[in-house]
Amino acid sequence: MNDRIIFEDVSKFYGEVLGVNRISLSIPPGITTLVGPNGSGKTTIMNLMTGLVQPSNGHISVLGLTPADQTELFSIVGYCTQFDFFPRGLTGWQFVLDGLMLHGMEEAMADDFASQAIERVQLGDAAGRKIAGYSKGMRQKIRLAQAIAHHPRVLVLDEPLNGLDPMARAESIALFEELGRQGMHVLISSHILDEVDRISDRVILITGGYLIAEGNIHQVRQEVHEKPMQVLIRCDRPEVLAAKMFSINHCVEARLHADGKGVFLRTADIDQFYSMLNGIAVEGLVKIDAVAPADDDANAIYQYLIGTDGSPS
Amino acid sequence: MTQTQFAGRARKLAQQPWGLWWVQAQRLTRIELRRNLFSWKAAWIYCLAFIPTVIISIHMLVDKHPPFAMSEDTNILAGIVQLYYIRLGVFFGTLGIFSRLIRGEMIERSLHFYLLSPVRREVLLLGKFAAGSISAVFLFGSAIIADFALMYASFGAAGSDYIFHGAGMAQLEAYLLIVVLACLGYGAVFLLLSMMFRNPTPAAMLVLGWETINPVLPSLLQKISVASYLRNLMPVTVGAEGIFALLTVETEPISGWAATAGLLVLIAVVLTYSCYRIRTLEIRYSTE
Repeated sequence: MNDRIIFEDVSKFYGEVLGVNRISLSIPPGITTLVGPNGSGKTTIMNLMTGLVQPSNGHISVLGLTPADQTELFSIVGYCTQFDFFPRGLTGWQFVLDGLMLHGMEEAMADDFASQAIERVQLGDAAGRKIAGYSKGMRQKIRLAQAIAHHPRVLVLDEPLNGLDPMARAESIALFEELGRQGMHVLISSHILDEVDRISDRVILITGGYLIAEGNIHQVRQEVHEKPMQVLIRCDRPEVLAAKMFSINHCVEARLHADGKGVFLRTADIDQFYSMLNGIAVEGLVKIDAVAPADDDANAIYQYLIGTDGSPS
Repeated sequence: MTQTQFAGRARKLAQQPWGLWWVQAQRLTRIELRRNLFSWKAAWIYCLAFIPTVIISIHMLVDKHPPFAMSEDTNILAGIVQLYYIRLGVFFGTLGIFSRLIRGEMIERSLHFYLLSPVRREVLLLGKFAAGSISAVFLFGSAIIADFALMYASFGAAGSDYIFHGAGMAQLEAYLLIVVLACLGYGAVFLLLSMMFRNPTPAAMLVLGWETINPVLPSLLQKISVASYLRNLMPVTVGAEGIFALLTVETEPISGWAATAGLLVLIAVVLTYSCYRIRTLEIRYSTE
């Protein structure tokens, strides 16, 4: 069994409406985030992976299994969907336990796994209550508990941070990071780009059903040649630094920081830029306090590649 | 198919995890029974099943029961089974129970939890069908037993003699067989319709119409009907007149075992097609 989630030229049409078009992906273990505006095809990709919808074209394999291999696939996959609905009349405990019982495991083992999962999402006190009385955050947590209860190797999470308060959000992110470190595939779709930045090993940018970019955030950023990298340099004489750097032809833009103690510089050749900056620092002309990339994150990539309105820029 | 191919397929079939599927089907059935049989939403189906029981109870308490009236009550009971239970009670009861199993979960947007479990979709469908069948047979079977017991209880020793030493017990067995087959037959049809149509009720009305006019259809078309098989199993002939004769007439009488086997084949065909449908079922709640 290979260790990758593979999409080969996958398309999905809902009648005449495009879901995703000719998507090819090879996702290794770790945390991968699907980023894109509403209706871009993120949920379609997750549903295709898990067989909830069938591809119109192409082939999908999850660790060597196809979505048609229901019994084997869902022994290793947990999917926390964004559908905020539950079977009627169940308590949180019953909901998680029912799912585990369908795996065919012994009742004592299912009890044990259910307890572990519910504790892991810190919902122990509310587990005996009916889900109908849960808050949105609690419903999100119990869905997550059900998805992780059988110790899957692939965890698919559709907008898992929606409805969570800041504390629960931090706890969930810590859990995803821990699962990613353990070598699991964690595939997350999210709109919260700051958190995407923090937790993702790689991102998949998608809009209008088309794959825009895929890979490590920094690698993807470097591939965006039409938007030169922006660097913030904190220093005592920003205007002098800006003038000096502008003498280099790959430096295309300079903007003073609002507090006057730094400058944003945009360069088409980041390696040469840092080399020049080292030279300036050694000369002692400017006292440099800090250097940090200003647009080497998911937010910037999203803005550059997709645009604020969700259309590719 | 060559002998080698056949042997290969047989070996592959034997290697399937039948034990796991059996456990999963049992657990699924248990979960479904808990969710569906004991819910307030099922209250109207309890009413459908037990309305005749209430009427027979009133008849038992209010009317006089001379021994010569027993044959009249036997005919009334046969009419209740054939005209009420098969045509209305079981028909609409199974429509309610079986159309909720898949379509109901799609409307409530909870079907994906099943489709995301490690249960083959065919096992899921058959587990749900089993749960629906147990629910329907439990309700309508209990109702028939209660109706039968109440109908003859008022005749005292004569009634008891008719049940245990006369034709009574055989009639009860036949009614129970009819109810079981009706639940399975209509259940399979409505389960399929609920996967084919967003609202299966109009299609069910067409089925009702088809079942009504079936006796006047050509012989081959009569085979595609649940009621046509059940009519042949009735232990007491109901002498209906006018339009009601359509519901009771046997235009092509067949033996009991052939009717049972025919209906079981019809159920198997419908379930096989349902299994094919569920393999390709997609979760698109936004279109529900």
